[in-house]
Amino acid sequence: MNAPNASGWKPHMGTAEAATAATASGDRALNLEEALIFELAGPGGCGVDMEAPALPPVAGLERFLRQAPAALPGLSEPEVVRHYTRLSRQNYAIDLGPFPLGSCTMKHNPRLNEKVARLPGFADIHPLQPKHTVPGALEAIAQLADWLIALTGMAAVAMTPKAGAHGELCGLLCIRAALDARGENREVVLVPESAHGTNPATAAFAGFRVENIPATADGRVDLAALTARLGPDIAGVMITNPNTCGLFERDMKAISDAVHGVGGFVYCDGANFNAIVGKVRPGDLGVDAMHINLHKTFSTPHGGGGPGSGPVVLSAALAPFAPLPFAQRGADGAVHLIEEEEAPADHPASFGRMAAFHGQMGMFTRALAYILSHGADGLRQVAEDAVLNANYVLRSLEDVLDAPFAAAGPCMHEALFSDNGLPEGFSTLDIAKGLIDEGFHPMTVYFPLVVHGAMLVEPTETESKAGLDRFIASLRSLATRARAGDETLQSAPHFAPRRRVDETLAARKPRLVWQADAA
Amino acid sequence: MRYLPLTPADRAAMLARIGADDIDALFADVPATALLAGPVAGLAPHASEMAVERHMARLAGQNLTAGAVPFFLGAGAYRHHIPASVDHLIQRGEFLTAYTPYQPEIAQGTLQVLFEFQTQVARLFGTDIANASMYDGSTACWEAIAMAGRVTRRKKAVLAAGLHPHYVSTAQTMARFTGDAILAATPLLAADAGDAATIAAIDGETAAVVVQYPDILGRIPDLAAIAEAAHARGALLVAVVTEPVALGLIEAPGHLGADIVVGEGQSLGVGLNFGGPYLGLFGARAKFVRQMPGRLCGETVDAEGKRAFVLTLSTREQHIRREKATSNICTNAGLCALAFSIHMSLLGGEGLARLAALNHARARATAEALAAIPGVEVVNDAYVHEFAVRLPTEARSAVRAMADRGVLGGVALGRLYPGAAGLENGLVVAASELTSDEDIAALVAAIKGVIA
Repeated sequence: MNAPNASGWKPHMGTAEAATAATASGDRALNLEEALIFELAGPGGCGVDMEAPALPPVAGLERFLRQAPAALPGLSEPEVVRHYTRLSRQNYAIDLGPFPLGSCTMKHNPRLNEKVARLPGFADIHPLQPKHTVPGALEAIAQLADWLIALTGMAAVAMTPKAGAHGELCGLLCIRAALDARGENREVVLVPESAHGTNPATAAFAGFRVENIPATADGRVDLAALTARLGPDIAGVMITNPNTCGLFERDMKAISDAVHGVGGFVYCDGANFNAIVGKVRPGDLGVDAMHINLHKTFSTPHGGGGPGSGPVVLSAALAPFAPLPFAQRGADGAVHLIEEEEAPADHPASFGRMAAFHGQMGMFTRALAYILSHGADGLRQVAEDAVLNANYVLRSLEDVLDAPFAAAGPCMHEALFSDNGLPEGFSTLDIAKGLIDEGFHPMTVYFPLVVHGAMLVEPTETESKAGLDRFIASLRSLATRARAGDETLQSAPHFAPRRRVDETLAARKPRLVWQADAA
Repeated sequence: MRYLPLTPADRAAMLARIGADDIDALFADVPATALLAGPVAGLAPHASEMAVERHMARLAGQNLTAGAVPFFLGAGAYRHHIPASVDHLIQRGEFLTAYTPYQPEIAQGTLQVLFEFQTQVARLFGTDIANASMYDGSTACWEAIAMAGRVTRRKKAVLAAGLHPHYVSTAQTMARFTGDAILAATPLLAADAGDAATIAAIDGETAAVVVQYPDILGRIPDLAAIAEAAHARGALLVAVVTEPVALGLIEAPGHLGADIVVGEGQSLGVGLNFGGPYLGLFGARAKFVRQMPGRLCGETVDAEGKRAFVLTLSTREQHIRREKATSNICTNAGLCALAFSIHMSLLGGEGLARLAALNHARARATAEALAAIPGVEVVNDAYVHEFAVRLPTEARSAVRAMADRGVLGGVALGRLYPGAAGLENGLVVAASELTSDEDIAALVAAIKGVIA
């Protein structure tokens, strides 16, 4: 309203045209563009004060000396703080609002976890310090291991894998090692069509041949087709449960029994364990190996793409083959870190080391703080609220968006919609980009591949009902606009720092590093 | 529970909207035999922030913190001073709590950081290009071997004896399953980095020659000579850098003929963290780009012609190619790459050179002090920040005894090469800008005490 305030002073409000005029700087108030560091300063500067070296290089080093310093700018602290702060404001984040990426599990990251991970007793210890100087670190790893084993009902856990896909690799290498120990050369791993791309990629990386298993009309693994394919060449299956359609695999135990019946192993992709933590123990369903993405279920921050952490729980049949180092509690309750030196006596069948050092300690401490905060009761509530929130979204939108499996019953932690019913010329992408203008991060789109134009919405348990209601209202509005043929949706986003980005150009003429003459 | 916003009234209203009688109606697909009736038995209930913090602080307090004592450990993980602004900036929620930048319109912050990071790594390594990071140095090293196999269509790798033994083990584990042949050797406790033996092992079947620079004993191999020998036989040279600060002082591997350069980026911005999370660095010649593993960020434009950044060339990756992908890797080490990039933006090329020279000067002061101890011999004739010494006694027990005297005095080769003959008395000692004269004096006293 253009009304005088209590003092009688009346601001001049300007015209609508003035609001859209170009600015000299290219910035618009809080919408700030930011140059590359290479454009902010040339080489030569330095934002770190340090003393001069008191000694010159040793004589033996002279022939190896670098001819010229790397051509990299060094900026003062105020410039650096401003550069990264301005860049940060071009990002959407869970701290800003819902981030409902199905299968990715973007939940609140408690700050207590950041605090404890930075305690010097965890953050400032070297991986090769004498073991007797780090009993608290080994105990922290073992306590997390104890929780993971209890929550999954499994026999052991390999803590070292660096991320989910690395955990998949760990599980498959355990299976390979177990088959080798039996003197069997089984070549085939069965993977459902709806699986994450990492599953077939990992199986191939581990030297297996991948065959697809079809799905049933209700979005589950086709048990009959799977059973028909089983035989002596099957090393195992990789099943995601709950699966990537957000559905629980009702036949999981029957699948496990059938695979075990022919001498194979069951790998479960635990990416969606957050839906069932505290409610179901995968060990009760016959699983032999399952990775747990600590950055999903146990809320270590995603950090714009990592670091992850992917411990793998193992059945008694696979535990002997777990990689080194392997943290194990002795009969006395003390934790023993089994490395190459101790392995011949204490862990002789291990398939070896899959990375340097002991795993993602900084993620272990965060996950342990998360787990201790929730406790057994709170973790169960996590799964229940995650599933409740997803079903609330599903039932609040199924009248305006096609939900291919909704008629068959509830979903788990994520609600799946398709582009079926959107008018000609409107796609899942338009809905996703429209959500950006609404102030939300889009859902996962075009995954799983088994559903056309898939939209996979995972609200997680850390969204409030009021927040979900706002999200649902926006998605309803977008679906309605698409049905009404609102063409402005096809060019969304309109209000983001960037409009739709030319991905084809990026791939056709890759420019992967900055070059002065290319500007 | 402080992290869960739903109230009992919310839950009831939502169940009513859904049309479910109770929460377990939503778990109806779970077989009744597998659905737990209550919380998993034997586990603690939820705890307050104060209680959890107290518990974690108690565990942390049981460890001997590197910063509390004279500290000389390296061997693949290095302690440096990290400017305060680094940790402040990586804790901004817009970086910390963002996902992989799959929606570029609202992820330009992360994407521009990755583009800058790729450029910094490429210029540090002297390579044409670099990717957006890998898990760590050891896994990046295996990925480089696998990539060299794809480029050369060969399946044999020659690992120089000075390659970090954990990197060797990682490669051997993977090769056992992929059918690649790995030629590895144990280093000798001598000044010679063993380049002649490395070169002699290269043959016409070799895909990759993998050389750590500086190596596990801090020695500096002659990369140019090895590159020439590798290229003459159609093999690629993979250089491995576990301490990127060293490249402030010695020539970039890409300038010496390395075709792929990988490394551990932890020493800039990341911290020790008992071994993880760390940061895999990966650079290569531009002509190999379509065989690269991992995420790549590229420059493009948006619909209005504005410069924009986007993840690109994803047809190499698992979510598109599935079993035909160049790697199964799905994440990078995003937040660690951000920390590295911020630290590097503060240092710049000049600052890195100064830091490396300072590290070397402190290492030299340490080496000269140790060489003056009767019975102790410094092995290296060249080194940057780290060197090996031969003690007159078994080094593992010496390290343990030094720790009991409050000095973390280095990494015993016996820990890295259990049972290897000739290495029992070897100790790898690293210094940095954090190493004071008092620290050096304490190390000298501790070594004198334990070998007496």
